[in-house]
Amino acid sequence: MKINEKAAAGTMESSDIYIEVAPGSGGIDIQIDSVVSDRFETSIRNTITEVLSEFGVKDAKIMVNDRGALDCTIRARMETALKRASNGGI
Amino acid sequence: MSKLVKNLKEAITLCGLKDGMTISFHHHLRNGDYVLNAVVDEIAAMGIKDINLHASSLFDIHLPVIEHIKNGVITGIETDYISTGVGKQLSQGILKNPIIFRTHGGRPADIISGRSHIDVAFVAAPSSDKMGNITGKNGKSACGSLGYAFADAMCADKVVVVTDNIVDYPMYDYSIPETNIDYVVNVDKIGNPSGIVSGTTKITRDPVGLVMADYAAKVIKASSLLKDGFSFQTGAGGASLAAAKYLKDIMLAEKITGSYCMGGITGYMVDMLNCGCFESLMDVQCFDLDAVNSLRTNPKHKEVSAEHYASPDVKSNLVNSLDVVILGATEIDTDFNVNVHTDSSGCIMGGSGGHSDAAAGAKLTMIIAPLVRARVSVITDRVTCISTPGNTVDVLVTQRGIAINPLRTELRDRLKDAGLPVVDIFDLKKKADSICGEAKIERAKGKVIANVLYRDASLIDTIRMI
Amino acid sequence: MRRSMLFLPGNNPNMLINADVFGADAVIFDLEDAVSPDEKDAARILVRNALKYMDYGNTEIVVRINSIDENGFWSKDLDEIIPLKPSMIMPTKVTNAEYVKKLSDYMTAIEQKSGIPEGTVKLIPLIETAMGVENAYEIAVADERVVAIFLGGEDLTADLCCVRTKEGDEIFYARCRMVNAARAAGKDVYDTPFTDVNDDEGLIVDAKKAKSLGFTGKASIAPRHVKGINEVFSPTQEEVDYAYEVLEAIETAKKQGKGAISLRGKMIDAPIVLRANQVIAAYESIKGGSAR
Repeated sequence: MKINEKAAAGTMESSDIYIEVAPGSGGIDIQIDSVVSDRFETSIRNTITEVLSEFGVKDAKIMVNDRGALDCTIRARMETALKRASNGGI
Repeated sequence: MSKLVKNLKEAITLCGLKDGMTISFHHHLRNGDYVLNAVVDEIAAMGIKDINLHASSLFDIHLPVIEHIKNGVITGIETDYISTGVGKQLSQGILKNPIIFRTHGGRPADIISGRSHIDVAFVAAPSSDKMGNITGKNGKSACGSLGYAFADAMCADKVVVVTDNIVDYPMYDYSIPETNIDYVVNVDKIGNPSGIVSGTTKITRDPVGLVMADYAAKVIKASSLLKDGFSFQTGAGGASLAAAKYLKDIMLAEKITGSYCMGGITGYMVDMLNCGCFESLMDVQCFDLDAVNSLRTNPKHKEVSAEHYASPDVKSNLVNSLDVVILGATEIDTDFNVNVHTDSSGCIMGGSGGHSDAAAGAKLTMIIAPLVRARVSVITDRVTCISTPGNTVDVLVTQRGIAINPLRTELRDRLKDAGLPVVDIFDLKKKADSICGEAKIERAKGKVIANVLYRDASLIDTIRMI
Repeated sequence: MRRSMLFLPGNNPNMLINADVFGADAVIFDLEDAVSPDEKDAARILVRNALKYMDYGNTEIVVRINSIDENGFWSKDLDEIIPLKPSMIMPTKVTNAEYVKKLSDYMTAIEQKSGIPEGTVKLIPLIETAMGVENAYEIAVADERVVAIFLGGEDLTADLCCVRTKEGDEIFYARCRMVNAARAAGKDVYDTPFTDVNDDEGLIVDAKKAKSLGFTGKASIAPRHVKGINEVFSPTQEEVDYAYEVLEAIETAKKQGKGAISLRGKMIDAPIVLRANQVIAAYESIKGGSAR
């Protein structure tokens, strides 16, 4: 999947996560801000990396603002953001 | 004769306040308090340093104190509660000496016994006469009860009343008498009324909170304690208030009249009093306008001192006669120890207040908390800070089940017979962990920034810098 | 047995996490009215992930999808959701049998593609138009997937050009016709939510009315109403005791070789036995679940 434009998914409400995806500059760049970063930063990064590789994304900039979302919510918001950013392109 | 002096500076000078001394404040003006900041600003301007700040609670309105900590005016803090904003700053380790945390009952016990000495008490008073007979019931900054100020006024070497409402002498319906007051300062405003009391405290609309509240009321009903003469304390948190509302429905339906309702008082407690659910309210602190108005007008609504409320040193107190108390928790461990001092990362964001006092006194101590808050399980292997020891906690109510302290087998059987979803606390923890996923938990390893004293003045835990 | 069905917004992670704590026999994750058009994609992906990773225990899962008439959202909803095998799909604004057939065929195609036995996911059509009410029986028997029909009072009153009231006189005919159609088809039937979330007494009155007309249960848009609905639609202890007495009397009569049986001075005939069996079946299926 190719990231064609900047897009976002999710909200800043408690238990949700806001994710912004933008075209990268030759690689994956993930920035994470989380209310539970001391406990889950690695886990959040792993989940995001997993979803990226599921969709074969190799070039993207990801900005994450996490409000304590569970893993399944992170997966869902990440997938939504990617699909929106690819704008129908594969 | 009059004890009125020109301003705070004159009062401070007359009291002979010097470097290294201890000054005290009560927290009845809550997040609307102007007095603490005004006094500390004045002390700083006068060049006095190394002051020990002895306040029953600190709120975010007191954030300006942080600057005075950084420049050495304040070097110590003794308190029962520190709100999130101030706590976050103090968790960086900026204070010279470790904070001393007490309970609302331990504080007056330590002050009255002399274990904790106050040089000058500054007592904010919504109404005072020229000799320092004071009350919180009247005035534009009315806060209701002055329960936490009694010990300070009684035992400090010097006592300064700070008011914005001078009334004719003598104020016949005073709360604290003139006998120990040295000076009275009349200022423009002692506080911001909207921060002192909230308009109306509202029951939670959070559906998860309502589920817990429903369980909490059913636990009380099934406990065998709910009968005529029943005594009860609950916090002002949304779910606790909702539990009180459900409890009221049960009490009215079953025509049960309790003896007293205790603690921080809200309009909901007032409503229960007026509906005949209780014979009286024992009020150490008012949380909203309805409570203030009721305290002023209803003789069954009685102001009590923190000492009478919860001091472990006295021959009897109100918490020891409690049947049921509902309390909150940021963390609870599998031994039922409860943390209300820090968040799960170890950052200061609260304090015992009357938590461990009521837990120790009540026949049934119930903790009510959502199992998971924003991916953090409320149940841990070991709490970050022990505020209230597990042997004084009986029940944990969550939206996913009710865990009973294994010491209370009879209670467990009663709740099971009532059809309540009783779960082992280890199973509940497992459920929470499966929802949240595996967390990496690191404990703060920095220097000790706070010593947490239990109500009997023994050291129960420490808090480290993060 | 479903007494209560609770609507939860499909794009709210906090509600999806707690879906099973409110005591509802079924929860309905809503992809339709509770989700704005530009968040439809996010909601269906979120619900799909919730179904995949969350353990909802004994709570039955229903997903309300978008109407077949609008924007093609409905087929995307089904594409995402059917592979996760929710118990039921709730299609909206269902007006006739053809609508149900079209959906069912589409669901069959997805089930085949996903290797799920055909007919796994059931249907509970939401009937909320005058035409739908007229065709309630045809809808109920349109397809084997249909296990129940559900009345939506809000949209219906708009279609009827009248005002929705708490008393509900304006939907009285629709309620009766729905119950009759469902029972004629041998299916369950669920009543419209009571929409004043702060009126607990009103809810009880409304639920009792629905029960008295023959509804199986009732939907709710407020978690706090679930408890009341469960209470109203559970058989009372008195009903249960009586039902067991009836069955016992029959057993005894059989042993004694008696033909006609009377209990508490009343002849026990076939309808009484049938009702006793229904009550016991309902009681058995909710035992232990009432305090959840």
